[in-house]
Amino acid sequence: MRTVDLATTPLRALNEDLHRQKDGANEASWEVLNPRGAHAVAVGVDAPIAIDVKGSVGYYCAGMNKKAAITVHGSAGPGVAENMMSGKVVIKGDASQYAGATGRGGLLVIEGNASSRCGISMKGIEIVVKGNIGHMSAFMAQSGSLVVLGNAGDALGDSIYEAKLFVRGSVKSLGADCVEKEMRPEHHEALGKLLEKAGLKDVKSSEFKRYGSSRKLYNFNIDNADAY
Amino acid sequence: MCGIVGLFLKDKKLEPQLGAMLSTMLGTMCERGPDSAGFAIYGAPSNGKTKITVQSATPDKDFADLAKLLKTETGVTADIKAKSTHAVVTVASDKADAVTEAIRAKHPSIRIMGVGETIEIYKEVGYPTEVAKQFDLTKMQGSHAIGHTRMATESAVTTLGAHPFSTGPDQCLVHNGSLSNHNSVRRQLKKDGMTFETENDTEVAAAYLTWRMKQGMNLGEALEKTIDDLDGFFNFVVGTKNGFGVVRDPIACKPAVMAETDEYVAFGSEYRALVNLPGFDKARVWEPEPSTVYFWER
Repeated sequence: MRTVDLATTPLRALNEDLHRQKDGANEASWEVLNPRGAHAVAVGVDAPIAIDVKGSVGYYCAGMNKKAAITVHGSAGPGVAENMMSGKVVIKGDASQYAGATGRGGLLVIEGNASSRCGISMKGIEIVVKGNIGHMSAFMAQSGSLVVLGNAGDALGDSIYEAKLFVRGSVKSLGADCVEKEMRPEHHEALGKLLEKAGLKDVKSSEFKRYGSSRKLYNFNIDNADAY
Repeated sequence: MCGIVGLFLKDKKLEPQLGAMLSTMLGTMCERGPDSAGFAIYGAPSNGKTKITVQSATPDKDFADLAKLLKTETGVTADIKAKSTHAVVTVASDKADAVTEAIRAKHPSIRIMGVGETIEIYKEVGYPTEVAKQFDLTKMQGSHAIGHTRMATESAVTTLGAHPFSTGPDQCLVHNGSLSNHNSVRRQLKKDGMTFETENDTEVAAAYLTWRMKQGMNLGEALEKTIDDLDGFFNFVVGTKNGFGVVRDPIACKPAVMAETDEYVAFGSEYRALVNLPGFDKARVWEPEPSTVYFWER
């Protein structure tokens, strides 16, 4: 176990050290102490290592993550796991706005609530939120899955492409072109697997409703030409 | 960008440390607003007295004989405490309007920053930690305080463009964001007799709240109305003589974190601003909801 105390080590030294880790790294387990809301903690890691951040972080923690398993034992500021490529990021507390934005792969688990714009423009990432999510979540979401055990705020899935949204609680309102869709066997199966991957064995896929694109915004409708 | 910090004490025992606590918070927000900084601090009221905080680019010249000149001009005895480019002019409350008027009319190089029984406002162009040092913020005491670090977008980097803005007695407002309908709101408020010192969008928000409170609303009610009538991006943190309020616009893209304990309520643009507060590890920490008014009174 490698321990780095941000009270005494500059953030840049930590991130440089993390960037030196490669596949098969000997130091597979890291602990980061005293983040105290610092920005860009463990950004751009590209190695199959485990990083435990003991406290709350500021902007962009675990951004661009590849392969690493990063756990924040606290809350995360805006843009956590932004553009994640692979690996797993777990936030034990709450996440601020645009968690998992533009993420291309990997799994982001938020054990508390996520605020506005969760999963905005997601492109393949899987996001599981145990609490609620705020307004404009999954805006222009292209692919991947967003699973919410609590409630969703206003304008869920506005201008969505092919991402899959599953919400167990209420949805305050759906955004443009986002509609509720039937849960077919393949959706139950995929959601069940994802819940299991997120460690939620007691939650059943049958408790969820599925939302996705009605595909009316895909092409310009010539009948609307007069509106412009 | 801009950074906001705010602190409202519930426990009187912390009052001697208010300035030191706010100063530490302000220092963490330098990167969010390196061009200017300011703060409002609500001290103990002194019976029947009003404080007029003034600023001058040539303080040595302007403040030296100010008491004598005001005595001649208005017949009022004023106590003047100069602090760098600012001075606090203390007068009997029933004479405050006359003295304020005389300063405006006869001392054009002196600007009025704020007026009230408890409020003092200090703001300057410069790096926030330097501005705090310039005015000895760490030694100030009081019940609540609001600070701001500015990265200018809507108007010039000047002392008057720095926050907080004060448009009514013991009222002040700081803002992170930008308003898009400030010109039309300013025109409407001018028709209703409000006056403006700058072209700044934030001053319009401050004046809007003053105007609403003049209509008899309390701070919470006035803040509710900003959600309907002001367009743009905003986090507002507002102080009154005995109140402290927070509101975010419906889009809520400007960051905000709050913390509450039995001893205080604190606001920061980022979590970093709050971590040094006493007892913070036991505080309830949350992100204020969009279109939701939070306010405390004592």
